[in-house]
Amino acid sequence: MTRRRPPVLLGLLAAVGAVLFIAPLVGLLARTPWSDLGGVLGREIVADALGLSLLISLGATLLSLLFGLPLAWILARVEFRGRTLLRGLVLLPLVLPPVVGGAALLFTFGRRGLVGQPLEELTGLVLPFSVWGAILAAAFVAMPFLVITVEGALRNLDQRFEGAAAALGANRWTVLRRVTLPMIAPSLVSGLLLTWARALGEFGATITFAGNLPGRTQTLPLAVFVAMEGDRDAAVAMSLLLVFVSLAVLISLRRSWWRAR
Amino acid sequence: MRRVVLVLMVALLTGACGGGARQELLVSAAASLTDAFTAVEAEYEAGHPDVDIVLNLGGSSALREQILSGAPVAVFASANQENIAEVVAAGLVAGPVVDFASNQLTIAVPAGNPGDIIGIGDLARDDLLIGLCAPVVPCGVYADEALAIAGVAAAPDTLEPDVRALLTKISAGELDAGIVYATDIATADGAVESVDIASEPAVAVTYSIAPIVGDENQADAADFIDFVLGPDGRRILGDLGFAAP
Amino acid sequence: MRSGLDARVAVVHPGGFRLDVELTLEPGRTAAVLGPNGAGKSTLVAALSGLVPLSAGRVELGGCVLEDTASEISAPPEDRRIGIVHQDYLLFPTMSVLDNVAFGLRARGLSKSAAQRSAAALLARLDLSALADRRPADLSGGQAQRVALGRALATEPDMLLLDEPLAALDVTTRAQLRHMLADHLAGFAGPRLLITHDPAEAFLLADEIYVLEGGAITQTGSPEDIRMRPRTSYAADLAGANLLVGVADGGEVLVGSHRLTVADTSAQGPVLATIHPRAISIHIDPPSGSPRNSWSTIIKRIENYGDRVRVQTGGPLELTAEITPPALAALGMKIGDEIWLSIKATEVVVSAD
Repeated sequence: MTRRRPPVLLGLLAAVGAVLFIAPLVGLLARTPWSDLGGVLGREIVADALGLSLLISLGATLLSLLFGLPLAWILARVEFRGRTLLRGLVLLPLVLPPVVGGAALLFTFGRRGLVGQPLEELTGLVLPFSVWGAILAAAFVAMPFLVITVEGALRNLDQRFEGAAAALGANRWTVLRRVTLPMIAPSLVSGLLLTWARALGEFGATITFAGNLPGRTQTLPLAVFVAMEGDRDAAVAMSLLLVFVSLAVLISLRRSWWRAR
Repeated sequence: MRRVVLVLMVALLTGACGGGARQELLVSAAASLTDAFTAVEAEYEAGHPDVDIVLNLGGSSALREQILSGAPVAVFASANQENIAEVVAAGLVAGPVVDFASNQLTIAVPAGNPGDIIGIGDLARDDLLIGLCAPVVPCGVYADEALAIAGVAAAPDTLEPDVRALLTKISAGELDAGIVYATDIATADGAVESVDIASEPAVAVTYSIAPIVGDENQADAADFIDFVLGPDGRRILGDLGFAAP
Repeated sequence: MRSGLDARVAVVHPGGFRLDVELTLEPGRTAAVLGPNGAGKSTLVAALSGLVPLSAGRVELGGCVLEDTASEISAPPEDRRIGIVHQDYLLFPTMSVLDNVAFGLRARGLSKSAAQRSAAALLARLDLSALADRRPADLSGGQAQRVALGRALATEPDMLLLDEPLAALDVTTRAQLRHMLADHLAGFAGPRLLITHDPAEAFLLADEIYVLEGGAITQTGSPEDIRMRPRTSYAADLAGANLLVGVADGGEVLVGSHRLTVADTSAQGPVLATIHPRAISIHIDPPSGSPRNSWSTIIKRIENYGDRVRVQTGGPLELTAEITPPALAALGMKIGDEIWLSIKATEVVVSAD
């Protein structure tokens, strides 16, 4: 840390950058119907969307944990041909436009989709336009966060500890449960928080694959989108909700970063 | 290398400044007018080489919001009169509002009608995947009107943000049925069939057009609207299934 | 033997390094594998613990075959009853000392409370009860080492394997813990294997030493054997002896261009000649008297170890001599001074190369 004053140009550019981030938040706060906020937040569109958002984001996080953790383990520990390719594919949703992701999901898991069609014929299960579809869409975009965080943590882990546990008589499951997972716990927690935050904010894949229906698939981001053309107050109130939730996640993340050190 | 960059920059700048003095005209039009106004754009630009029409297509309510927020739109063609009325109320309309076309609602089903839809009553069936436009867009408002007239309580599974998005999902076979404009059926190239709503009375879908306040383009805007209202515009609209207002 | 270790370990690394050793350990005795870095010590530990498969060979411990390439038997690490004290201890950082020591017992099926009771008893015997609730990060090096030993002993293994157990400690702690370690090793009934690069550790703690160089055992024997009759220059360096290569011819050994007189007249041909540092006398004036090897040289280096002094000399034969501090003071020498060396013929130990 330097005590000298920063160069003027650098300071100016940094100030512009900061304004870029702060100004929209100020704009949002300025537009908020403060006097009626409680009433607005109590409207059905808001309550429905909030409940759905929580349900779907938590569901997506659990799904990401269930499939992402083993996937991360395989990518970090097992050497096999095509591992780099698989890792690239798993991380693809991170850079893919979410709408493209939604379209891909539709072509695969839709009723006329590669997997969706036989799925409907065999089990009658229809994924698009359902809550499960929304969970799948959110998991699709959010799971890479969990995989990348956990894989990184596993790679940085000193594997000699696992060897020491095995020498003491622990089988692979016990080693995983009592040594590996506790040692990567801070990273796992941050990974889960990031995953949850991403799932909460998902829009493009959800509206393309799961559709938009209040009470079933209209999560907070979708509700904001629709309300922008109808009930502006509700749109702003819900936006504020999302901003505060995101801030809360970021603050908790910082804390778990500190602990991991 | 530096010379290449220099040449590119000059080209970009002159292009951006309407190189050759081509005047840009931003036209916001309802999603259901996509094919019609694309054809209008082509013919108008052919006859007016100094004008570059830029089409901004979307749900009429979204377009209204953009104008209210100050978008530099020159012409607004809306799928209903209410959206334009709001723009008028905000004092942003620069000339007369004219109804220029009408449309009809119909039920769209995927080719082959897998859901065996025979009428608007089928839209209440729970076992089917039904799509409607969101109630904030004109298509959704009209659909609700039609359903109310028919006394049907629809069970939609999704409320799409504009009619083209709805049509895409129907043509992909992901939805069994949805209420769209009659003119949309042809644009799906056979992937979609139509089932008559046969509503009494038929829902009146009226398109309105108006010039929007702005400094430079008033003459060109008025010119464009005249083209749409004139024989060429009527021909293009008529070919695509739009009726007179 | 029934309850000891009988092992032939051959491991070929993809990079080309080859380890091929045979070890036979009896219960109640401590053996040390002593070698420089890169000799293959870590490979040996990994192979014995089951983390690296044998390319060839057989490991039998306490009558059980842990691995046999001929019959394709290979027990996974968790089934080998070897208690390991690791380099860097590897105490599990997320568990308390008590849980660390109890880990092996719980892993083998004991209930949490039973395992913790057993662990607590062991900690008491090791005088570590006060540390039971601490985390490994809060332990000093010496404390961590003792806890690591406790953790290895808790499961009552068939064999103890200590991988550079004192390497991570500072010199003073190391000296203190060496004695504690000797006591606990003596109390363990099975065979004990110490892997180290520190000759003091090996010489003090082991009953027998295997010298490991470049993947092979170059010498085995008691600490005295190694010290008095080192077979390689590495072994000689360990003991501080002077090892010379030469050609013998009836009472004389030609080392380079210098002739040494030796007592063994029967030696012929290529030989190794060893001269113990303490057998070299240093004089200011040329020595007189019975036939000896003597020559003039200069002092290159003086190292003072408190109770002894090592003097490195220059040509014609560069040797290390060891004298007492009073002797050094009496001579009043410094680096660069001319001195006379003399070595009795009987003190030059000759063995066939």
